[in-house]
Formats: sequence, structure tokens, C-alpha cells
Amino acid sequence: MAGSVRRALGWRTATVVDSIAETATARSLGLDVAAWSGHAAGQHVDIRLTAEDGYQATRSYSVSSGPGEAPQITVERVDDGEVSPYLVDVAEKGDTFEVRGPIGGYFVWEPAAQPLVLIAGGSGIAPLRAMWRAGTLRAPITVVYSARDVDRLIFRDELDSDATLAVRVHLTREQRPGFRSGRVGIDDLNEVIDARVAPAIYVCGPTSFVESVSRHLLTLDVDRRTIRTERFG
Amino acid sequence: MVTRGFTGRARSASDAVPPGQYVTADFPVLTAGPTIAIEPEEWELTIGDGATSKTYDWDDLHGLPMVTITTDIHCVTHWSKRDTTWEGVSISTLFDDAGVDDLPFALVSSYGGYTTNLPVADLVDRDAMIAVRFDGGEIAAEHGGPARLLVPHLYLWKSAKWVRDIRLSDDEQQGFWETAGYHNYGDPWREQRYYSD
Ligand SMILES: Cc1cc2nc3c(=O)[nH]c(=O)nc-3n(C[C@H](O)[C@H](O)[C@H](O)COP(=O)(O)OP(=O)(O)OC[C@H]3O[C@@H](n4cnc5c(N)ncnc54)[C@H](O)[C@@H]3O)c2cc1C
Repeated sequence: MAGSVRRALGWRTATVVDSIAETATARSLGLDVAAWSGHAAGQHVDIRLTAEDGYQATRSYSVSSGPGEAPQITVERVDDGEVSPYLVDVAEKGDTFEVRGPIGGYFVWEPAAQPLVLIAGGSGIAPLRAMWRAGTLRAPITVVYSARDVDRLIFRDELDSDATLAVRVHLTREQRPGFRSGRVGIDDLNEVIDARVAPAIYVCGPTSFVESVSRHLLTLDVDRRTIRTERFG
Repeated sequence: MVTRGFTGRARSASDAVPPGQYVTADFPVLTAGPTIAIEPEEWELTIGDGATSKTYDWDDLHGLPMVTITTDIHCVTHWSKRDTTWEGVSISTLFDDAGVDDLPFALVSSYGGYTTNLPVADLVDRDAMIAVRFDGGEIAAEHGGPARLLVPHLYLWKSAKWVRDIRLSDDEQQGFWETAGYHNYGDPWREQRYYSD
């Protein structure tokens, strides 16, 4: 991160200390990392798993806990994936693997009075949770969250109960009272974004989601410099 | 350190990729912000060394000899893509045509404000090119079309999408990710991901 203190980014051991089934396909893992010196909202860690024969696989996962809280990741299982099925279905309390980070100086949010709009598709909600948990009451926060159906909603209870958040949830494959149906469109974004007040906008999720939302935002004359994106692949 | 219960995928597929990388058949997208939409007719590229400079439009660029290379590409977010085919103008051809001096450092800028830096030797002595075609078709906007820099031997953030300017100079100036904590050089085989690697 420009201007901040730079520490060597070595691999460290993480121990799973908490394991929460968020949905049938997503799990949060609380990690204990020796000498963890905190993270900024939006940063990620690299996680490296090692098989018996020494084979290693590394993937990136956003930190979903707020700054000041113990590190936690939230993983959605990709069915034919190599790493996410391990993290969602196999890892349990007491297991260890290696982590590196926190990493990233661009897709981060430092609490400010400026309005904040968080737009997530699927597991893209993970780094955005760190942002709303970093929030102050001074900054109005809107969350636009798109998932396939209600059973895929991660952090649903928290989004329901946090009165400081204005939340809109889109279900793309299910119709249900209280939810918007279909993809996040221009009109949906127009309702929550007032380009004149230049909110900080963070968009995170699968590439197709991020591409479509950021294209819509540019159509609404939002200054591209206020839009920060992270594509999960 | 062995991870209990982790076996991983069949090994052969990832033999020839750099450490920490896995092979994907997809083409994921890593860009700092929204995708830039720019038409070939409005695209221009300027090459300069402080004394001499030359600006190319789409037709000018296509007036130069084109080369085709097939190469693996490596993204710092751990994916590698095998055997991708790119067609474009090699940077050494372009610098010769522009008549610029090979000063030691290059700062590359893109439409949308992205920048990245690299040694000029890595641009002129290797396979670097201004690519205008990928796997036989136009380059899609999210992958940097109509024209992107391609420096296949370094992590892909050095291969600036929507390239518009290459400035050669005696002094090194760091680009966007390089200032944000990524490695100044970015060699995948030496796993130079972050500044401290
Ligand atoms: C900066 C960053 C932060 C990330 N943060 C998170 C996070 O907080 N939570 C999270 O769950 N994931 C996150 N990801 C995605 C994560 O790194 C992995 O790509 C994902 O878990 C799949 O890994 P895998 O080994 O299970 O699948 P792979 O073995 O890598 O892939 C198997 C198949 O699934 C496809 N695939 C890969 N990724 C996805 C995906 N995200 N969605 C659908 N299909 C996919 C692949 O193309 C391939 O065909 C993040 C990625 C990045 C770059």
C-alpha cells in the first residue's frame, strides 16, 4: 500500500479456530495467524495447501471480518474446484495451512464520511462485509447483493438485522416477496446511486457480474475513478 | 507443512507452470477498475523518449510487420493459461520505426489511467508486442482490446490493457500496482509477486 509501512510478506501458519456454515455451499473459517497485525477492509490473503507428496495449490481469499477483528475468510464451493471444496467441506477446527498477507492496496476502503455503495455477486460479498463492519455511522452505506436464490445468501441474518445498512437483495433464479428478481440492472443502480454526491463504489464478484455492473455504472455517468472492482475469476 | 485432508488435483497438468500457479482453460479478468471501451478508430499509441516521439493510429500500426507468437501467460492471482496465440507488432519493430533511443526504463500508460513500468530490455529483447489479435480473433475489451501490450515472460499486470503511451527514460518511475505493493519486476518463475519477494 502506497505510503503505509511495508512488512515482508512471508508464509505463516494459520490455524482454523472457528468454522461457520453460512449456507449449504459456503463456509466462514476463523483463523488464528501468529503475529497477525491487522488488515484493512477489502484486502485478501493467499492460502497455500500442501498435499502429502509436497504438491501445493494457492488461491486468494478476501478477509471477511472487519478491521480490528480476528481474520476470517468466507468461501463459496466451486464444485469442480481444487481448493474451495477443501476449505468448505474438509477443513475443521484445529487444521492448519499457510497464509500470506494481508495483500492489496487498491480494493480497500478506509472509513470516511463519503457515502459508500457496496455491490456484490455471490461470494463477492466477503470483502464487502469487512467494509460495512469498518463503517462509521457518518457514512451512509448501501448494499446491493445478488445471489442465485435465497438459500445462497451469505450473511443474510447480519444484513437483515444491521439497521445502519440500506440493503437490496436480488435473486436471479427465484421470485420471492421482499426481494428483487433478476439481475442488477441500470434502473436498480440508478435508484441507489446519486452521481452528484460521488459515492465510493465497490463492486465484487464473478467477472461477468463485475463487468455488467461496472458497464451500467459508467452509463449512469458515475466517475470511473470512484468505482473500485475486484473480480473473483 | 502438510495440510490434513488435502490431496489436490492430478499433477501432470501443472508441471510446466511457474511455482504457485495453476492452469485454467478460462481467461479470468484482472483489471483495477471498470473495463475501458475504446474503438479501433479512436485508438492511438504514442512512443517517445523525451526527444523523439511518434503517434500511431490503428492503420499506422497495421502498416508495420506483424508477428504471431504462441505462449503461456501468468497472472499474479495464481492462474496460468497455456498456449495462447497473439498477433501484433513487436516492440523492437515499433521502437525502430519510431526512431527512439533505447533508454533503460519504460513507463507504459493506458486509456483509463493505468500505468506499469518495466526495463526496456524486457520490451526489446524478448517477445513483447503490441497485440491486436488473440487466438485468431479481435481482443475483447475486458482483455484489453483493441490493443494491449503483451510481455509474456512477466506477470500479466505488466501487459497493460488499452495501451496508449510508452515513454522511455533514464529514470525509473513506478506504475500503478508497483506503487501499490506489487513487485517492481514481476518474474513468475522467481515468484516475484509482492515488493518483498
Ligand atoms: C483477490 C481475490 C479474492 C478472492 N476472494 C474470494 C472469497 O472471498 N471467497 C471465495 O469464495 N472466492 C474468492 N476468490 C476466488 C478464489 O480465489 C478461487 O478462485 C475459488 O475459490 C475457486 O478455486 P478452486 O481451487 O476451488 O477452483 P479451481 O480449481 O481454481 O477452478 C475450478 C473450475 O472453477 C472455475 N472457477 C474458478 N473460480 C471460480 C469462481 N470464483 N466462481 C465460479 N467458478 C470458478 C474455474 O475456471 C475452473 O473451471 C477470490 C479471488 C481473488 C483473485
